[in-house]
This record gives sequence, C-alpha cells and structure tokens, in this order.
Amino acid sequence: MRTVIGVIAASLAGLAAAPGALAQQSVKIGLILPYSGQFADTATQMDNAIKLFVKQNGDTVAGKKIEFVRKDSGGTAPDVAKRLAQELVVRDRVDILAGFVLTPNALAAADVSVEAKKFMVVMNAATAIVTTRSPYMVRTSVTIPQLNETFGAWAATKGKIRRAYSMVSDYAPGHDAEQAFQLGFKSAGGQIVGAVRFPMTNPDFSAFVQRAKDSKAEAIFIFVPGGTQPAALGKALAERGIDTAKTRVLGQGELTDDEARVAMGDASLGILTVFHYDHNHDSAKNRAFVKAFNGEYGGRNPNVFAIGGYDGMYLIYEALKKTNGSADAEALVGASRGMKWESPRGPMSIDPLTRDVVQTVYIRRVQKVGGRLLNVEIDKVENVKDPVKARMK
Amino acid sequence: MLGSLAGIVFDGFAYGMLLFLLSVGLSVTLGMMNFINLAHCSFGMLGGYVAVTLIDGLGWGFLQTLPAAFTAALVLGAVLERLLFRRSFRATDLEQCLITIGVVFMSVAAAAWIWGTVQRPMQLPVWLTGALEVKGVNFAAYRIFLVAVALAVALVLVACLEWTRFGAQVRAAVDNPRAARGLGIDVDRTFSITFALGAGLAGLGGALAVPIVGLEPSFALAYLVYVLIVVSVGGLASIGGSFAAAALLGISDVAGKYYVPQLGSFLIYLVMVGLLVWRPGGLFGKR
Repeated sequence: MRTVIGVIAASLAGLAAAPGALAQQSVKIGLILPYSGQFADTATQMDNAIKLFVKQNGDTVAGKKIEFVRKDSGGTAPDVAKRLAQELVVRDRVDILAGFVLTPNALAAADVSVEAKKFMVVMNAATAIVTTRSPYMVRTSVTIPQLNETFGAWAATKGKIRRAYSMVSDYAPGHDAEQAFQLGFKSAGGQIVGAVRFPMTNPDFSAFVQRAKDSKAEAIFIFVPGGTQPAALGKALAERGIDTAKTRVLGQGELTDDEARVAMGDASLGILTVFHYDHNHDSAKNRAFVKAFNGEYGGRNPNVFAIGGYDGMYLIYEALKKTNGSADAEALVGASRGMKWESPRGPMSIDPLTRDVVQTVYIRRVQKVGGRLLNVEIDKVENVKDPVKARMK
Repeated sequence: MLGSLAGIVFDGFAYGMLLFLLSVGLSVTLGMMNFINLAHCSFGMLGGYVAVTLIDGLGWGFLQTLPAAFTAALVLGAVLERLLFRRSFRATDLEQCLITIGVVFMSVAAAAWIWGTVQRPMQLPVWLTGALEVKGVNFAAYRIFLVAVALAVALVLVACLEWTRFGAQVRAAVDNPRAARGLGIDVDRTFSITFALGAGLAGLGGALAVPIVGLEPSFALAYLVYVLIVVSVGGLASIGGSFAAAALLGISDVAGKYYVPQLGSFLIYLVMVGLLVWRPGGLFGKR
C-alpha cells in the first residue's frame, strides 16, 4: 500500500514539475475567442490570421516554442471569459492571454491579467477604456472613438455636412460610436438633428430608416455590429430609396463589409465609411498578406478581426525577441511600449503611455472598380490616438 | 403624415408576412400535432442555406430555389421524424423541448461546419430589388413579393386542410387519434406527412427570410422567439390565427419602432402579453 501511495505521490510530483520544466523552452499563449455562437465568424477570421502568422514566421521565437491553448467564450459572457482566463493561468500555465473579440470579455479577463501578472494582448475589443483595466495590456485593433470622432470631424469639415441623423445599435460599442461621432461632428460645427438607438437583435430596420429619411437630414450616421445586421440595414436603405447622392450615408466600416456589399448590391454605391483596415488597401505588404490569406482560406478575404489577430501576433513575436524569450509581463509590456511597425493596414504603433494602438484612420467610399463594389479610400488621417484616453489626462 | 402612416402599415404588414412564412410550419407541427418543435427554425435555416448555395454555387434563379428549399427541409423533416421525433410525439412537453432544443444546437454546429461561420448574403434578381413609389408611399418590391407568397401559402394551406381528404384525416387524427385509428386512418403516416410538411414550410420560410434578415448558423436560434410568439398569439391549431397574429405583431412592431423608437422591439412583447392576457388561448385558439 505504502509503495502504491509512494508511486502516486511521485507521479503527481512529476506532473507538477513537468509544466515548469516545459515552460523553460516554450511560451504558451491562451486564446479566448467566441468560437461558437453569434460572433463565431469573428473568431474564425482572427484565428485564421493567427495561424497564418505562425505559418509564415515559424513557431519558434527567441529560442522559445510558441504554443496555443484555445478557449471558446461562446459569445458575450464576461463570467465565462474570466473563468477561462483563470483556468488558462492556473491549469494550463499560459504566459500570455490573447484574443478577445468582445469588450465585456476583455474587461473580465483584465482582472486575471492584473492578479496573475500576465501579459494580455487585446486583438479586437474596441471600447476605449479596455486598456486602462490592466497595466499589462496592449491593444492591436482599434478604438471606436478613434474612428468615429475622427469621422465626425471629417464629415463636418471636408465632408461639408451640416445636419446629420444618428442611428446606432443599443449596446456599449453603439453608445461609444454615437457619442464619439456626435462629439467630433458638433465640435467641427455640425448639428445632430435626431438620434435613435435600435435593439441588438433587430430583424427589420425599415421603420428606423424611414424615420431617419423623414428627418430630412443631409446625412445618416450608422453603427451596427458586423454579422447579419449590416446587410439587413443596407437592404432597408435600398428599399427606402435612400439616394446616397442626396442623403449621405455614413458608418463605421462594418456597414459595408464584403457580405453586406453583396447583399446591398448597387444600393451600397456612395456609402462613406470609416475604418482602420480593408483588404482593398493598396500597399505591397497588404497585397502579400491578402494573397497569403486567400490562398490559405479558400479565397476568403481578411477583415478587421483578421488584421487585429495578425498584428497582435506580430507584437507578441517582436516583444519576445526584445525580452530574449522572457514572458514576464512587465518585460513584455515594456518591450511593446512605443513599438512601431508597418502592418498590412499601414503604419501603426503602440502608444508608450496608454499601451493602445496608434494608426491611420481611412475614410472610404463604396465605388465600382472593374465591375466589383469595393471600399475605396478617399481620404485618411494619420497617427490617430484614442481621443478618450487623451482627454483623461 | 398620412403617407408615412400608409407606408408604415404596409411595411409592418410585410414584416408580419415574413413572420407568418417563418412560423406557418410551426402552426402545423405545434399547432395541429401538438408537438413542441423548437427545431423549427433549424429547418428554416436549412432552406436558407440550400437556396443560397444553389444561387451562389450553381447559378440558379431565386424563384427556382424556393421549391428546392421546401423539398430539402421536407426530406430532412421526414427523415428526422422517422428516426427521432416520432418517439416523442406522445412524450411530455419537457421531453419534447429537450430533444428539439438539442437538435437546434446540433444544427447550429453542423451549419457552421458545413457552410462556415461567415454570414451568407443572398443576391436577389433585379426585379425584386427596387421599390415602387405611389403618391409618396414607398412599396419595396421584395416586400410586395413576400405579401403575395404569404397570401398564397395561407390560402393553399387552409384549402388543403379544410377541403381535401387528407386535410380531413389530419384533423381527425389530431382531434381524436383513437377514433381516427378505429376508422381506418393511418395516424402514424398522417403525422409523418404533416410533420414533413411543417418542416418543408419552414424551409420555404427560411429561404424567403434570408434576403431580409440574413443567414448565419445562429439563424436557428435567432428567430425562434418570434416564431413561438406568432404561433402562441395566433392560437394553436389555427392557420388563420397565425396569419392574423403575424400581421398584427408585424404592424405593431414597425409602427412602434417608427413612432416610439425608445421602446424599440420591446413593443412586440407588450403586444404579446396584452393579447394573451385578453385571450389566453390565442386569437383563434381552439384549445
């Protein structure tokens, strides 16, 4: 009996020691993404880009092998995200937490990052405050005010729009976008003639669009989450006979993503959107990225979720090179501060103070190029920082 | 003002017809056979995917895909009825809920596996895209089409159930299975056909809904609530009830969103609660 217990004890000790020994040669990244549910496609795109990056750059950095542990948050579920982050740290002994499409999940996991002192890379979750919740956090995607405050100011100045109507989805990012656009627009002399928030699950937009049309505003600003809603909303715009030459339609880039443009058809022509990445962006780096992505994933184009994941992996690799493979959170954050690079989206950097992304914001218009409807860049604003955190100080 | 009111009533009615097309199959399975089929929208989703795949992959026209969507869902419905659901026809409500919701989750995962998680847009033929403007009121072509299809489906279905031999058998089998068996009606077969028909109608409704609501694997869950509301407000065992309920809910939803957008889509639930308090059995409920 005693020998049996001895054997068990010895093997348990061995088990306990094993991860420690492995950690010497490997860096483990815990990915928390909504692989299933309403936001499953965002996870597909991001994970595909992460896999592509590893394929292109190898799975060894600074002598360390990069390993992934993937966890499904199943959608907007902060409690689940927190539990998964804890499991990743305690049981799987990951060194880095990454992924995070949805803000509530990122906020919940931030607590774990603080307590366990783990480097955390937010590859999407775009609410401004996210990066303030953990000193070990860096973001490689975008912030909603970064896009929409810039866009609001652009619309009132270069866009020559005086009176706009705003319609957004009734959830935190929608409120963020509404506030940011209105702030930018009003500060530049524009006037908001009406605003509406529609519910998150809204199959039919006709009533809201009709109301916006009846307001006789010169422009309608729209924010909807990606997925089925942009197409549904675009359809309603087309049906209501909104002529983009007379009533300008403005929105964050999801509104005219690939699937939405197909569903809208020519009705999408002339819609103006603001975004930080589109597969149509013209640069050698982006052409190579899109080509590789197309080749790997059956001709599918990368989107903002993909680019967030791709640049997130770039940042992790470069930071590890600087720390010589050390996964210490302080060291990795230190290495990330002020990091500058040329991404497929254009030049970007990490703000040394806020650890948030600094990048070029593009204004695009849907145009027909060679028979295809594309988001064509018509203007850009360089080196945009998150305006909300700039005001906090 | 009056012009916009007419537009809103039309939009609401068309939206209601969309809800009717999505839920009419369920008024057959849940309403007539008393089988709580939460997997109803899974059949709708299949219809949607079949239509989109045929259009994108094989270049079929939109109209031709509709019978295909109906048939595909009908066949799958018949197979699943035989293998799975038949055992649960006489089970308790809870057991029916559990087995069908299990099928829903499996269908969501299966759709993601087969067709991917990406949103699948549907391109409509040009004649269904624009809108007709009469005296300042906007009538979208696709919405006119939806109304026409919904009316046709409702008429055909009511006619089949009321005036054909098969319809009489179904009603007999539903009202009193024992007596129906005694009269020589093959109740099991009648139920099989009815269930498959309900699934087929779901497939048709799904394909017709895609151009308005879009299509992705969460379709099977996303519209389940609306479909259940329509059937319960309409009253079980009543096609006409579902039709009236769908029209009422559609118009109140769209009007509510237009005039009191702060209430948003909450209004549809208020209307449901109000109607069910007034008539617990539904508008035209027979039981």
